[in-house]
Amino acid sequence: MLKFTSEHEWVRIEGDAATVGITQHAQEQLGDLVFVELPEVGKRFEKGAPSAVVESVKAASEVYAPIGGEVVQANPTIVADPSLVNSDPMGAGWFYKLKLTDPAEVDALMDEAAYKELLG
Amino acid sequence: MMAQPAPTAPALKQTPLHALHLEMGASMAPFAGYDMPIHYRLGVLKEHLHTRRAAGLFDVSHMGQIALRPRSGRMADAAQALERVVPADVLSLAPGRQRYAFFTNSRGGIIDDLMIGQCGEYLALIVNASRKDIDERHLRSALSDAFTIDVLEDHALLALQGPAAAAALVRLSPSSASMRFMDIRPAPIAGVSCLVSRSGYTGEDGFEISIPVRDAEKVARALLADQAVTLVGLGARDSLRTEAGLCLYGCDIDESTTPVEAALDWAIPKVRREGGARAGHFPGADGVLEQLERGAPRCRVGLKPRGRAPVRAGVLLYADASASHSVGTVTSGTFGPSAEGPVAMGYVPRALSTPTTLLFADVRGNRLPVEVTELPFVPHRYKRT
Repeated sequence: MLKFTSEHEWVRIEGDAATVGITQHAQEQLGDLVFVELPEVGKRFEKGAPSAVVESVKAASEVYAPIGGEVVQANPTIVADPSLVNSDPMGAGWFYKLKLTDPAEVDALMDEAAYKELLG
Repeated sequence: MMAQPAPTAPALKQTPLHALHLEMGASMAPFAGYDMPIHYRLGVLKEHLHTRRAAGLFDVSHMGQIALRPRSGRMADAAQALERVVPADVLSLAPGRQRYAFFTNSRGGIIDDLMIGQCGEYLALIVNASRKDIDERHLRSALSDAFTIDVLEDHALLALQGPAAAAALVRLSPSSASMRFMDIRPAPIAGVSCLVSRSGYTGEDGFEISIPVRDAEKVARALLADQAVTLVGLGARDSLRTEAGLCLYGCDIDESTTPVEAALDWAIPKVRREGGARAGHFPGADGVLEQLERGAPRCRVGLKPRGRAPVRAGVLLYADASASHSVGTVTSGTFGPSAEGPVAMGYVPRALSTPTTLLFADVRGNRLPVEVTELPFVPHRYKRT
């Protein structure tokens, strides 16, 4: 199940596990990324908390946790090569995986049709 | 993701190339009261690299262009009058040559930094967009007796920068081939009468071109017809000048920083220093001359972060990883695409300004090691001979 936030993150839900990344639209707006900072495994987030940092040449931006949970894995390949987020934001450019605190929070996220409508 | 604010400040000014920017897919944003291109479709990173590898064309028409004509008709009078407000050697500036300088205030702080071109019958000044109104008032109040002062609102300004800039310009303006770094002279480009200087603010060889507004787009399109030339926005202009170790007014220098603190003392020649034939006699001279002799309490240095994280303007610097009081501040910082890592500049106490001194930058609550380093981060490639 693929869900989206109005802050342009995506979440792929599988049971009580979620993989988090930023959308195609987000990477286009940010431009070429040169630095990514990811949370450590074991870190817990509330929904909406700052969870990662992405930087382009011109600015740093926060990536917010789209849903509450505990980090069980972070993607080291985007730290080594931030351009993967630009070239494959929905695939190899994923950020981290969470064990969900409350799977019911998923209901508040947008599905793909609602997200596309938001982009207009 | 952080929502991108879209400030719609009223009455933003437009440069003569505004329509061209929109046509070329520019991402526009307010800068110094103008609606300016931050980047085009290539994006900041690739525009930066293209400028270092080939040539970038920048619209810098927001900058101020001021012509000073001596009321007496004698250029020596003009030069000596201008020396009342800048600690530069204007008198020895030969016709067809240009020099970097700054206006100082009574405390020795920098009102603005500028280029002064000797154009035979007048002096051509290029000043910062954010300061041009202040500069104009300053010139009128200090020097109206000596000059007529014309702010050229009817001229655009383009910068063509990079190793392929000379070939691209010479194709349209063969007479420009013989120019050297800091030469300035009139030259026709694609049949349009322009004022061309071999200078710029990227660290690369290149030119700045002043063009009558009605022909600005024609000249820009003629330059862009060269495959080596692409439009580059203010985003890459900032990363290019930071790698080149060059100051941005309002970030690295302002009315509270002196030229000595800003490590711009190289632009104050012997003749204006203690013991020189025309020593002092500019605003704030006493303090500036003393700092030249004895050193300033703090100075601008290059800062090379040891990790990959950019260390940006406003970040505080500490002498060690646990110190509670900061010793300095970062004034410019970004990721340098050509340096292939983060690059920064900032102010530190003189005792901590020696290259290889290790400091710590507080980035999002983490103390990141940064090393004081020589500037620039990327060697200048000016055409000096």
